[in-house]
Amino acid sequence: MKNEDLQNIINGLGENLEFTTEATEFLNVTVPKEQLHTICSQLKSNPELKFDYAFCISGMDWGKELGVIYHLHSTEFKHEITVKVTTEDRENPILDSVHDIWQTAEFHELEIYDFFGIKFNNHPKLRRLFLTPDWEGYPLRKDYVDEANMIIK
Amino acid sequence: MTDQEIKNKIKTEEYFVNMGPQHPAAHGVLRLLLTIDGEIIKNVEPDLGYIHRSIEKMCERDSYQQIVHLTDRMDYLSSNINNEAVCLAVEKALEIEVSDRVKVIRTIVSELTRIASHCLWWGVMGMDLGALTTYFYAFRDRELINDIFEETCGARLTMNYNAPGGLMYDIHPNFVKRTKDFIKHFKTKIPEYDRLLTGNVIFQKRTKGVGILTKEDAISYGVSGPVARGSGFASDVRKHHPYSAYDRVDFKEVLLTEGDTFARYQVRIMELWESISIIEQLIDNIPEGSVKEPTKAVIKLPKGEYYQRVEAARGELGVYINSTGAKNPYRVKFRSPGFSNLSVLNHIAKGSKIADLVATMASFDFVIPDIDR
Repeated sequence: MKNEDLQNIINGLGENLEFTTEATEFLNVTVPKEQLHTICSQLKSNPELKFDYAFCISGMDWGKELGVIYHLHSTEFKHEITVKVTTEDRENPILDSVHDIWQTAEFHELEIYDFFGIKFNNHPKLRRLFLTPDWEGYPLRKDYVDEANMIIK
Repeated sequence: MTDQEIKNKIKTEEYFVNMGPQHPAAHGVLRLLLTIDGEIIKNVEPDLGYIHRSIEKMCERDSYQQIVHLTDRMDYLSSNINNEAVCLAVEKALEIEVSDRVKVIRTIVSELTRIASHCLWWGVMGMDLGALTTYFYAFRDRELINDIFEETCGARLTMNYNAPGGLMYDIHPNFVKRTKDFIKHFKTKIPEYDRLLTGNVIFQKRTKGVGILTKEDAISYGVSGPVARGSGFASDVRKHHPYSAYDRVDFKEVLLTEGDTFARYQVRIMELWESISIIEQLIDNIPEGSVKEPTKAVIKLPKGEYYQRVEAARGELGVYINSTGAKNPYRVKFRSPGFSNLSVLNHIAKGSKIADLVATMASFDFVIPDIDR
């Protein structure tokens, strides 16, 4: 399906969705965080979309905002989009978990929690995956400083 | 007392066992927290990070040429494929079209890497299940590939042969002849592998029907590579999103539907034949041309987001680069096949025996630096 057709269908799923194809090869949908779970479940269940394969889920620190990027693929229709969700709360960022939609997200959300400190509602067991439980701070954030272990050029 | 009464009297209770981080079947420092009841696994919880080097954070500091060298250290058994992924992403962003010669050489070297990786996997798979001989057979053949690599680029494992814009240097004059000799040799060896391990009754009993993964679960858990194809999920990036010279060669995407450990094993063995076929189609007609397109000394990618995927030996490797136009990336994410494949382990190991977990893990072919990055 073409990006325009995808955009038309996805636009009907929620409100205040932003679309862009600028400087990226995929159609990019920015979703308000309150609607993340409902829209994602429709992206998977809608018979015209069927995004069933979340092949890449990345945490992101845009400086002011934290967020997550979901790269989605449909194994039936072969079309692809990226979904972005952001939160401005850097002290206590909370997003909804999508592990019940794409089960691989359970693991990727652990990684994002570990490195970006984003907490996920309804995650079965949020824990430090790579770092020790007493580790302070979230290393992949842009404002993270660790003078002992980081070489800053 | 009757047997039934005795059985009712005996109570078992769940307890924790650490498998790893120093476990011979973990192939590196992977720690699994097993909750078991007798010999039955109730839950598997991976604990990672024993060799995490934060390559993604290091990438934010380094230039694009330097990033290529870091990727060797992720999945070191498909190092050339990792290098290729970053180079393709940078070339895509800069809109550089590399010459046909580069494309063909990259494909041949990547397929040799895949054969070397599958050889090692075959050796350790046998070893994990108690057949140590396979290890020596596999290393005998893998050694020949490493020799070709050493002559071509000086390194046997972490190759660094690709660079943004092409290759570091041209192939060695002996490359074509030695590769053909290897293919000729290796074609007589795969039947030997089959005779030694594939047909072995003990091996089949330990792998058939063990660790079954359905196609739906494979898709939902983001599984890729030979593991996914053993469950019938057509996920071969070489076929569905061709890069380099894969669009000009004729090869089959190996698909089996059983989804068990033996199916995953068979997929990799059949992929060896496909890799041989790809190399044979290309090796005689390596086109002439430049091996390196000129790039600036300081590469700056235009502002934007770039995603490039390749088929590494373990599955789909994705490189996500977010650039603000500076000389180093704003954010790099490696979608590693091992990490996504590991996420399904708990699901398929539940209810099986500990020994079956070892067989399942062997068929997943984990490389821990690929999971930890």
